[in-house]
Amino acid sequence: MSTAASLHQRRKRKNGVMMALCVIAAGIGLAWLALILGALLYKGLSGVSLSVFTEMTPPPGDAGGLLNAIYGSIVMTIIGIIVGTPIGVLAGTYMAEYGRFSRLTMVVRFINDILLSAPSIIVGLFVYELMVRPMGHFSAIAGAVALSILVIPVVVRTTEDMLNLVPNALREAGTAIGAPRWVVIRSVAYRAALSGIVTGILLAIARISGETAPLLFTALNNQFWSSNLNAPMASLPVTIFQFALSPYEEWQQLAWTGALIITLTVLGLSIFARSLTGRREDR
Amino acid sequence: MTAVSEAVTSSAVRTREATVRRFALTDMVFRTATRLSAILVLVLLGGVAISLIAGSWEALSKFGFSFLTTESWNPVTENFGALAPIYGTIVTSAIAIIIAVPIGIGIAVFLTELCPRPLRRPIGIAVELLAGIPSIIYGIWGLFVFAPFLQTTVQPFIISLFHGIPGLSSLFAGPPYGIGLLTSSLILAIMVLPFITSITKDVFDTVPAVLKESAYGIGCTTWEVTRRVTIPYTRVGIMGGVMLGLGRALGETMAVTFVIGNAHRISASLFAPGTTISATIANEFTEADGELYTSSLVALGLILFIITFIILALARYMLLRIDSRTGA
Repeated sequence: MSTAASLHQRRKRKNGVMMALCVIAAGIGLAWLALILGALLYKGLSGVSLSVFTEMTPPPGDAGGLLNAIYGSIVMTIIGIIVGTPIGVLAGTYMAEYGRFSRLTMVVRFINDILLSAPSIIVGLFVYELMVRPMGHFSAIAGAVALSILVIPVVVRTTEDMLNLVPNALREAGTAIGAPRWVVIRSVAYRAALSGIVTGILLAIARISGETAPLLFTALNNQFWSSNLNAPMASLPVTIFQFALSPYEEWQQLAWTGALIITLTVLGLSIFARSLTGRREDR
Repeated sequence: MTAVSEAVTSSAVRTREATVRRFALTDMVFRTATRLSAILVLVLLGGVAISLIAGSWEALSKFGFSFLTTESWNPVTENFGALAPIYGTIVTSAIAIIIAVPIGIGIAVFLTELCPRPLRRPIGIAVELLAGIPSIIYGIWGLFVFAPFLQTTVQPFIISLFHGIPGLSSLFAGPPYGIGLLTSSLILAIMVLPFITSITKDVFDTVPAVLKESAYGIGCTTWEVTRRVTIPYTRVGIMGGVMLGLGRALGETMAVTFVIGNAHRISASLFAPGTTISATIANEFTEADGELYTSSLVALGLILFIITFIILALARYMLLRIDSRTGA
């Protein structure tokens, strides 16, 4: 009797210890998030001023802003999204609508999932070999292409998932009134899956707006204002990389401010994207 | 009268036929466009592989297999070997996984078994937000906040703690730079934690409630149910999640570039600066002069591509098995 009771005690104690460790693990996860955001706010906010958004990146030792970097990031992100989204949506459409059970879909899904988590610096090398080397110089358009390659797998994945959630009865109703397949897809399936597909695009924007590695040797960087797509262009992440590793205090401060801008943009986008599809996950 | 109505009908039939033909044509165009886009995804991966092989051809044909086993990395004498970056990549990723897996599984257990229901979603989202933070943010935070903290407090303590103990003393030998292999591993651990957590949580949710309930019914504690029912049932899925995290850690570039120190040597101490494949490429690619130097860096990229491809393919294969079992 007493051994049974002590065994019970021991099991309860072990359970308590393990569960406490799990709570601590969750605490660690949340604490990291708080620590990183706290440091970003603390160091970044002190550098936020109007001049950050109105002045160019300064030479070493001078005050200045991040205007050309912000502009470059926006331009390359927009081009990347414009190039990548149609391809991603169409590929996702094929996988969910025309070829849902075909062998090609299985292969594409597998490869796409690998592309989704492939190192982005590899994409940078690929675009370097594909565009920068033949053209003979770094260019904003090469950077945008590198970003679009990162957009495609994200959009393919969400488009396919969201179209698969559209009930078949809706498609059958469309077909029953004589609408051809592509009309059913366009005005029934797309419309039903719209918020999910938009979420995918927003997540893709969030992903590429912070990407540094694929831009390092495609768009390079530019100290000055440039809207020429055929020339090197500054971007926020690459500027942060360069400024943070410099010995100049003004540059380091700008790097922190830029980091804060990127983080708030990315977090804002992903929270907004989640809120679009939030109801679905509630269960 | 009949002639007129016949004419009307036949013209209606004609327009109807034309419409059907037009529908069939546009449908075929649309179908082909979607199919070509799907094929383009395959072409992309193939293109990456081909361009990396083409770009690294010069280095690979000059150094051959010894490229993998040479530690020297000398741009002046143009003698390049990949051993130090490969070592750094594998060591940092392995330590990161060893740290992140127990914490990730712990958070998943917390979220599925312990957490009060209203808190479940916010905490889950918070952990996933960690995954969304761009890697350069981890880098700048690691360089300016985390590394100085390690340098002034943790590292001197560990060095003095293990001083004189054989093995451990060389593993944790000073001086405390702050940056180095261990710092990179810790940053990587934070970065892969959300991936491991969210996948583990997802596969935990696939465990049939009746299995867990019957274990509870015979008097098992929460820990015993987790240890004996949930984890064995989801083992393959957890492995998939861990491999996915490993794939991320191996290829992670910016965060590591900030804190690894970029030194092309293999040292026994985890506190020493080192380098990884991706950090080497990021640091040196734009400054590389000479075809052989560039080509050697692309060859590093090819090695990274092959390693991550294998790891990620294994991860997807394992997760696929879980999916097919649950019929999702």
